[in-house]
Amino acid sequence: MDDSTRNSITVALAGQPNVGKSTVFNMLTGLSQHVGNWPGKTVEQKLGEFSQDGRAVRLVDLPGIYSLTANSEEERIARDFIIRERPDVVVVIANAAALERNLYLVAELLALPVPIVVGLNMLDVAERHGLRVEPHVLAATLGVPVVPLIASKNKGVRDLLDAALYVMDAPAPESCTRKCAFCTEFAPNRPTIRAEHRPVLEQIRTLVHGRVPLPYPEDWVALKLLEGDAEIARLMHETTPDVWERIHAVLLQHEDAYLDIVGGRYEWVERMVRAAVVHPRTGVVCLTDRVDRVATHPLWGLALLLGLFGLVFWLTYTVAMPIVDWLDAALIGPLTEWVNATFTPVSPWLAGLIADGILGGAGTVLTFVPILVIFFAALGALEDVGYMARAAYVMDRFMHWMGLHGKSFLPLFLGFGCNVPAVIGAPRIMDDRRARLLTILLAPLVPCTARLAVIAFLAPAFFGRAATLVSWGLVAANLAILALVGIAINRLIFKGVHTAFIMEMPLYHLPNARTIGLSVWHNTVAFIQKAGTIIVVVSIVIWALSMLPGGDVEGSLLAGLGRGLSPLGGWMGLSDWRLIVALLTSFIAKENTIATLGILYGSGEADAGLAEQLTGVLGPAAALAFLVVQMTFIPCVATVAVIKQETASWKWTVFSVCLLLAISFAAGSAVYQTAVFFNIPR
Amino acid sequence: MQDEKSLARKAMVRPDSMQMLIDLEAGARGVVRQLRGGNEFANRIATLGFTIGAEISVIQNYGRGPVIVAVRDTRVALGRGEAAKVLVEVVRA
Repeated sequence: MDDSTRNSITVALAGQPNVGKSTVFNMLTGLSQHVGNWPGKTVEQKLGEFSQDGRAVRLVDLPGIYSLTANSEEERIARDFIIRERPDVVVVIANAAALERNLYLVAELLALPVPIVVGLNMLDVAERHGLRVEPHVLAATLGVPVVPLIASKNKGVRDLLDAALYVMDAPAPESCTRKCAFCTEFAPNRPTIRAEHRPVLEQIRTLVHGRVPLPYPEDWVALKLLEGDAEIARLMHETTPDVWERIHAVLLQHEDAYLDIVGGRYEWVERMVRAAVVHPRTGVVCLTDRVDRVATHPLWGLALLLGLFGLVFWLTYTVAMPIVDWLDAALIGPLTEWVNATFTPVSPWLAGLIADGILGGAGTVLTFVPILVIFFAALGALEDVGYMARAAYVMDRFMHWMGLHGKSFLPLFLGFGCNVPAVIGAPRIMDDRRARLLTILLAPLVPCTARLAVIAFLAPAFFGRAATLVSWGLVAANLAILALVGIAINRLIFKGVHTAFIMEMPLYHLPNARTIGLSVWHNTVAFIQKAGTIIVVVSIVIWALSMLPGGDVEGSLLAGLGRGLSPLGGWMGLSDWRLIVALLTSFIAKENTIATLGILYGSGEADAGLAEQLTGVLGPAAALAFLVVQMTFIPCVATVAVIKQETASWKWTVFSVCLLLAISFAAGSAVYQTAVFFNIPR
Repeated sequence: MQDEKSLARKAMVRPDSMQMLIDLEAGARGVVRQLRGGNEFANRIATLGFTIGAEISVIQNYGRGPVIVAVRDTRVALGRGEAAKVLVEVVRA
């Protein structure tokens, strides 16, 4: 950004969703990338650094966007970055198989004073669908370098960077030493607006002349005003109150101008495309259409979805569960013993802190990493193939009941693995704040692996042969509660507003191992970082509460709280304070329920002895109530922490916790009282 | 004022030839003639390629659930509410 130091340059990577932009980013940066959030936003930001020809290149991956309007957070972030941070060059990745729509973004970017280069990706996919695109013809008509790419095979990616550096340096054509075949002098053929709107645009341009705050380009501001851009209107309203009245009056008379401007850009795009693309015979049924006849069919699509996701579960449990058990037995177990043996002579407190507080809480959460890796990989593959859009499509009917649309289904499904990525994933997928919030509130109601593990242990202890039936019933009831809560929140808090469902259905294509691998890597690292920081801290706090002041659980503050709450527990058949404490400690990590019960009922560990003792204390009615409460109880501390982070609001975080407390109490009481009414033994 | 305008716009086209996208069956082809539902929605959907005059073809419409439409080499799923706001003139093959 400092022009004097051309040794360090910033390249922005732009493109619409589903064009292989992240594949290009990954090919160029590999593991030397930082994934975070855009400052103050919940949109993912990816930065990468590498060197090319002795220059340090900072590659900024802009969010995937269809245009540069102010209609979504992603679009505002992308255009603000280009205008305020002034990247040296913008590389636009375009999907050759959907060139018209993709060049629309190019048309918008050409209105900004920044050099651009087009990477024409997925030429192979286009060819398979009978489309032939000629990059050099496109380059000549656009007046912008166009580099052919097959990013998934790493073809052309370096050429793209060469072209970007060439355009940025903008030498006279003959001074180019590299002479790569795709370089064209950067003399863009910029779209103009239709003749009938030129006088109005001129009028607005005159009105804003000399009044547009830096670094916004005047021409662009005038154009965006005419397009009815709310954000630019606000900007000009605030900075030029004196002429705003006049600008506003002009704009009111041309409220529909945006339709013509957008239409005009597409006409420009059509002219660009006409020469460069050979279209297929009409009536060619492509692979995507054939697959979609099943994948998006109301009945078969649902069956396929259930089958695929059942497969993901099966894979996760058969591959990952043995690893989790092994980690627990071979790593956490011996480590706990070692800590106890080493530190107990020095200080029993320190031993307890490390063994029960840190290893018991955060350590156990970490053993879930294998589950998440498999889960992320399977879902990443489905995403990369293009199937996730179909899953969202099929689920839209059902999500609609909650005022959500199909896209919310994806983060919620992630919640079956762990609620943490579900909450983190919600904002990254949805484009509207209300839908994001509702998805975050619902995510903790998805039964995560840890909760399912508790059920898997306790249900056989309580119900013997009927355990499988009870387990499935609990999961089904849990999901029914999720649906009811979703409907209720939508009606009561959001007043039944519906989110518009507009979603591109990308063409199917072969998945790229590198893209999937990197997405698994980043998601897993993010999870481990969370477990390593906030979860450790809160684990220690809860452990301290369970030890202070006397050093044993029975006389601790937590036990005191459990005793205080036992009258409430009575409603649910859980008047024994130890059961309440077991639920409270599940706040650290859900599977703590078993460990705590083990400690409190004196068997010392979670084995068959515990199961027998528990059946002695709890009759079927109370046992069922306990399991229901366990399923719907407040989310674990890690989930609460990310809820706070993603909503950026204590109000909603507290609301979420209170909501789940109320739900678990209501559900537990209802189950117990109903069971008692039907004379099921307490 | 908004209402008057959209009324005026409606009057300009022959109502018999216009249909809501939602009422088209799979395989039907048409040309977008009007976008209802407010400027923000119209702007969003227009930038995706549903401009006035754009050719569309319906790929899937089962009478419930979202509609899948092909527009400008792209398949787009539109919720039923959204598809009802796109008015098209049907093109007979």
